[in-house]
Amino acid sequence: MSARPLPDPAALACPLPIADYPHVLLAHGGGGRLSQQLIEGLFGPAFANPALDERHDGAVLALEGGRLAVTTDAFVVSPRFFPGGDIGSLAVHGTVNDLAMCGATPLALTVSFVLEEGLEMAELERIVRSMAGAARAAGVPIVAGDTKVVDRGKGDGVFVTTTGLGRVPAGVDVAPRRARPGDRVLVSGGIAQHGVAILSVREGLEFDGGIVSDSAPLHGLVASLLAGAGPPHVHVLRDPTRGGVASALGEIAQAARVGIRIDEAAIPIAEPVRAACEILGLDPLYVANEGRCLAIVASEAADAALAALRAHPQGAGAAAIGEVVSAHPGALVMRSRVGGERLVDLLTGEPLPRIC
Amino acid sequence: MKYLDEYRDAAGVERLLAAIRARARRPWTLMEICGGQTHTLVRSGLDRMLPEAITLVHGPGCPVCVTPLEQIDRAIAIARRPGVILASFGDMLRVPGSGTDLLAEKARGADVRMVYSPLDAVRLARRHPDREVVFFAVGFETTAPANAMAVREAARLALPNFSILCSHVRVPPAMEALLSTPGNRVQAFLAAGHVCTVMGWHEYPEIARRHHVPIVVTGFEPLDLLQGVLLAVAQLEEGRAEVENAYARSVRFEGNGPAQAVIAEVFEVCDRRWRGVGEIPASGWRLKPAYAAYDAERRYAVGGVTARESPLCIAGEVLTGRRRPRECPAFGRECTPERPLGAPMVSSEGACAAYFRYGRIA
Repeated sequence: MSARPLPDPAALACPLPIADYPHVLLAHGGGGRLSQQLIEGLFGPAFANPALDERHDGAVLALEGGRLAVTTDAFVVSPRFFPGGDIGSLAVHGTVNDLAMCGATPLALTVSFVLEEGLEMAELERIVRSMAGAARAAGVPIVAGDTKVVDRGKGDGVFVTTTGLGRVPAGVDVAPRRARPGDRVLVSGGIAQHGVAILSVREGLEFDGGIVSDSAPLHGLVASLLAGAGPPHVHVLRDPTRGGVASALGEIAQAARVGIRIDEAAIPIAEPVRAACEILGLDPLYVANEGRCLAIVASEAADAALAALRAHPQGAGAAAIGEVVSAHPGALVMRSRVGGERLVDLLTGEPLPRIC
Repeated sequence: MKYLDEYRDAAGVERLLAAIRARARRPWTLMEICGGQTHTLVRSGLDRMLPEAITLVHGPGCPVCVTPLEQIDRAIAIARRPGVILASFGDMLRVPGSGTDLLAEKARGADVRMVYSPLDAVRLARRHPDREVVFFAVGFETTAPANAMAVREAARLALPNFSILCSHVRVPPAMEALLSTPGNRVQAFLAAGHVCTVMGWHEYPEIARRHHVPIVVTGFEPLDLLQGVLLAVAQLEEGRAEVENAYARSVRFEGNGPAQAVIAEVFEVCDRRWRGVGEIPASGWRLKPAYAAYDAERRYAVGGVTARESPLCIAGEVLTGRRRPRECPAFGRECTPERPLGAPMVSSEGACAAYFRYGRIA
């Protein structure tokens, strides 16, 4: 081993050639280590270019007279309707948020439907109306689309893919590589709500108070943050979707070759969500969010950034949860509630409940 | 969260650590039995907050870790059969068999389903009368009552298409086996609180007396673990070897009567092989003859499985506290959670997984 004080988790994990897996596993879409291997081992090298190599939620392209952010996302959520949203509203929010995480103002969306023969028309209508409502509320038009229908049994009802275009305002430069030691880590509200809402429907579990997905568009919140903190001070934005806060911060640490430390006691989480995670044996740090944003900001602007988040209705529960450090580059480390320290690693597969 | 936050209190941890430091005059080696306890220790960072005199070695209490390799290979062979739905607790799915694991078989087309409760597997069998549903029934005394209830429920419904692949294990015989092993390092046990919730602790005084070893029934939260360590260290320093219950909010001496009754109705004690450890007399449960119709091993000809363990893996030594995960030459190199050589690297209760996921900091 080298003389570095801390082992590099990525190096220890000995990334495997993608060919080691003869079949695609669910975990290849889980947002953890196998997803990363798929990206680094197949898509990244195959499509390599400077915009993609940023490994951001969207790509930022320089055009004459400005910069354009582009992103695309497929939605396969099951169940299609869940407390707080559905596959239609999620498809709008997810792509709007990927643009927002580039610091961009969303301009337009396109949508592509893959429908399974036999899907009830009333259900499709419900999804489309929900999408239209979400797009209207977000102020982003859906300007083009495509529909394919596959044979019965060749799809799972509805898959929705949305692509988004946005304009990056002058002075905004948000990218994972910009995280630097001294920066503060903020989160815009209580974590793990979306994943727990989905799981409780999927598993037929009911929790007191009803846990509702946090699915929401975040570009308004991001605009407030940029205005409040000053655009140059906002270094990284990320919505911690699949893989949760742990994976998002772990990936940023690796991309920027910095360490990130967070404080468990400072991470906001609603009591029912925390209780549900305890019961299901899930670590809320790895559970998906669809209406939360992580912001890494310069320390001198941290107070203003936090105040700007809290002043926005979607950021009322915002909190400062940690900082960027020069120690343990590539690794996310957490101070536990009882004062100990531990590594927060990328997830290996889908989070699986324990036996007892 | 009531009943949790009180036991994760930073000031309480500091107070107990100070008490342990004051009490421990000599070096002592303690074993926490349960993998859930191991994970709390490493996840909360307690393992590195304890005084150096106290060494905690990690016990065999990881149900999927000790499930014999050939039993996993049998589960895979059954899952591959057409018409079969193999239902399992999620934690079992990633555990490597000789050549593959259940998740990989699922990707290849096998119908493998994750369930939260064995009764969900019974429901699957009712919903799919044209399919055979096999539940992979592993675990300690904690999971045995629910698994026994599933079999009893299937019998009550006279379900012809439900069976279990049974690999149940019992803790007290394993503790005896550890203490009787030459070179044993364990001087005191933190017994597994959940196992004792079901079984009580009436089996332990005899073990404590015969082997002169303190046993403290211990819970799973940071304060529970430190309380267990403190009581065990106090006994060691004073030369006592008794059973104490530091998890009284959950555990009674006699345990849970109805749970024990359903186990006794459906299962009988048998010898059992533990992965990496070997055969331990009277350390398992199998279905009683009256329930033999629900035994998947009888239903499917999967006896001739030849299991092949990785020669690099030292899981047996880790599970018996003789080596720690970091002392394994393959740890984090040939063996990672993506490509595990042994079960302790993938299970959410495996000691190697705890160190890989939480412990790789200086």
